[in-house]
Amino acid sequence: MKDRLRTLLVLVVLYVLRRRLPRRAPAGEHAPGPPAERIVPAGTPEPRAELLAIGLLLFGALCAAAFVAVYVLDRLPRQTQLLGLSLGLALLSIAAALIVTGKRLVVTEELEHDYPPEEHPGEQEAIAQTVAESASRLTRRRLFALGLGTAGGALAVALLAPLASLGPGIDLDSFVRTPWRKGRRLVDEEGRPYRAADIEQDTFYTAFPEGADLEQIASPLVVVRLPPRDLDLPRENAGYAAAGIVAFSKICTHAGCAISLYRTPLFPDAEPKPALVCPCHYSTFDPATGGTVIFGPAGRKLPMLPLRIDGRGYLRAAGNFDGPVGPSWWDVRARRPFA
Amino acid sequence: MIRKLVRFLDRRTGTAPFAQKTLRYLFPDHWSFLLGEVALYCFIVLVATGTYLALFYSDSTADVVYHGPYVPLQGQHMTEAYRSVLDISTSVKAGLLIRQTHHWAANVFVAAIVLHLLRIFFTGAYRKPRELTYWLGLTILMVALLEGYLGYSLVDDLLSGMGLAIGNGVALSIPFIGASLGAFIWGGPFPGSSAFFPRMYIGHVFLIPALIAVLLAAHLALVALRHHTQFRQGRETERRIVGVPTFPGQTPRSLGLLLAVAGLLVLLGGLVQINPIWLWGPFHTYSSTNGAQPDWYLGWLIGALRLMPSWDWTIGNYTLVPNPFWGGVLFPLVVFGFLYVWPLLERRFTGDRAFHNLLDRPRDAPVRTAIGFGLLTWVLLVFLAGASDRVFVFFGLSYSTQIWFFRVASFVVPVVVAFVAHRVCLELQAGERVERRRELAIGEARAEARRPLS
Repeated sequence: MKDRLRTLLVLVVLYVLRRRLPRRAPAGEHAPGPPAERIVPAGTPEPRAELLAIGLLLFGALCAAAFVAVYVLDRLPRQTQLLGLSLGLALLSIAAALIVTGKRLVVTEELEHDYPPEEHPGEQEAIAQTVAESASRLTRRRLFALGLGTAGGALAVALLAPLASLGPGIDLDSFVRTPWRKGRRLVDEEGRPYRAADIEQDTFYTAFPEGADLEQIASPLVVVRLPPRDLDLPRENAGYAAAGIVAFSKICTHAGCAISLYRTPLFPDAEPKPALVCPCHYSTFDPATGGTVIFGPAGRKLPMLPLRIDGRGYLRAAGNFDGPVGPSWWDVRARRPFA
Repeated sequence: MIRKLVRFLDRRTGTAPFAQKTLRYLFPDHWSFLLGEVALYCFIVLVATGTYLALFYSDSTADVVYHGPYVPLQGQHMTEAYRSVLDISTSVKAGLLIRQTHHWAANVFVAAIVLHLLRIFFTGAYRKPRELTYWLGLTILMVALLEGYLGYSLVDDLLSGMGLAIGNGVALSIPFIGASLGAFIWGGPFPGSSAFFPRMYIGHVFLIPALIAVLLAAHLALVALRHHTQFRQGRETERRIVGVPTFPGQTPRSLGLLLAVAGLLVLLGGLVQINPIWLWGPFHTYSSTNGAQPDWYLGWLIGALRLMPSWDWTIGNYTLVPNPFWGGVLFPLVVFGFLYVWPLLERRFTGDRAFHNLLDRPRDAPVRTAIGFGLLTWVLLVFLAGASDRVFVFFGLSYSTQIWFFRVASFVVPVVVAFVAHRVCLELQAGERVERRRELAIGEARAEARRPLS
């Protein structure tokens, strides 16, 4: 039994490894007519390229098996790298085998034939004629076409109408509603209220309205303290600062990113003043002048929130922002934020 | 065996004549013709890997607390969407490999399309009768940019959210309709309603891929119907195409290229880290980070947004053009619009209405080459401007100085480059004429020498 199996195995291996020799017609037999004309021309064998291709295919199979092994073993160190390496090499070596096949093993022909004709005038004419003659029973063609167009247009509008459910398209009040109103306390990300005494110079704080949704675009503030003598607020923002502490919407008026850079003057000669900077497109705002743009693409100043300090030292809003929060739209300058 | 199979299929479908013609369809042999194929194969890899990722991704923005294996984020609030991508990256077997391969494939996909477009442009392959093929290809490129943007936005890490915030700002900036459009897409003001992520998701995994597939099918059908263009290398003429047949010559090569592209992308996905989202952390409306860069193919838009000076067009209280419109909408519209109308412009100004199956070399059409180089330089400079914050970090060049440099250079340098390109084309042509005359003279001299003395 074992011997028989071994013989079978040897036979199979021999069968696979045997080289195909050109078959000769047995002597004495008549050749069956003239051979059919070849479509693909004959080429000479390239045994070394053939062996290379077979080797590459087998290596590819080995790598694919290795991928499965790595996948099953799991939790190897460098698991992702090993998976990528094994699968990538499997694909690449099979690719290499195919390219060797294409370049060296299959018969490479360089054929030529005609491009398709530029046009088919006969068929063009027939199509036009068919369409024209098909309408021969219509007497009010223009009216009919108008009817078709009207029906098509109306149907299209009807089919598109439910898209209006996507969002509030006309009523844009939600763009200017803010959670800030007079007396609301400023809290940090964890909900702890800020005292004026917590706010130091040369750094910035992110504050939210107490109890509001933090993710709302009108919630976050950037709060900084400036030496009161450096403040140069315009008349409309007079009284917005509390003991040198100023608060602005944290959302950049250019494209809506959060302002998370505070440039305190490290190089006082080149950059004389502290500035709030958005890291997306580097719009730069001057907190001392009420958030005016001093560099970069933003087209509006940062909305400023009036502050006051209550009897126990907590920071509270003294009103709403002086302008809409976030990026501009066409009537942004005509609107005032409300709570 | 093969005869039997062919007979079986032919008797049931009657397609043997068509299949026989297809087998002998000719592919002209030039390396630059492979670029479009590479893009096609990237798309296949994207669909395959993307389908796998979709089996694990969640599009919910519900707030959850992370308790997964990545310690630095444990206990943090995040959306379910972000957590599902973290899980794909840390807990799903082979998940990180597939995710990174998908991301790499997206980058290579767009790169291959852009290189393919440059080949088409500079060789005049878009000329009659192939304008439709060209317009379809341009549309695929535009849609691919949007698809990539949606893809990395769905992850909902910090960089995703910043990108979405910018996208929202750009949408709002469209004159008159911007805010309504933004409210429609997002379902309200940024960051939008809970319906927004499912909308992006269906767009990213169904609507846009289906659109790309349809456009691609039409693109390839047109290529096959009109056959490939070819360079004049030997026997090629406007009427005769010379090339390798689909079978047996082209099939192993194309299959090989498909597997090579897939293999390379998997190697990249396994060995070269891309977008390590666990480092960025979850997005909140109130957070952002310095050094944020989009995937490479949106670099030109961030550059354009950054280059614009503080400039809103207003009439009274009404803002006709909010600032992000210039860089985020108008700039890409101008670039793509120009590319769309270019075949018509060229036809109008050269009066060339002929059929073209033979390609130009760039030097054969100096004006086209000059304009192409000018446009390319313009886009490239704006792209580089988008990286000026990195240049500041690595080389210490003042950011504002760089921006002012690019504001001027992006208008001056393309003109200079166009003139230089034009000159180079003319010189190359002149050089060829000299060479041809020299060869002619040498031939004559030889003939002279061979003539017997009378």
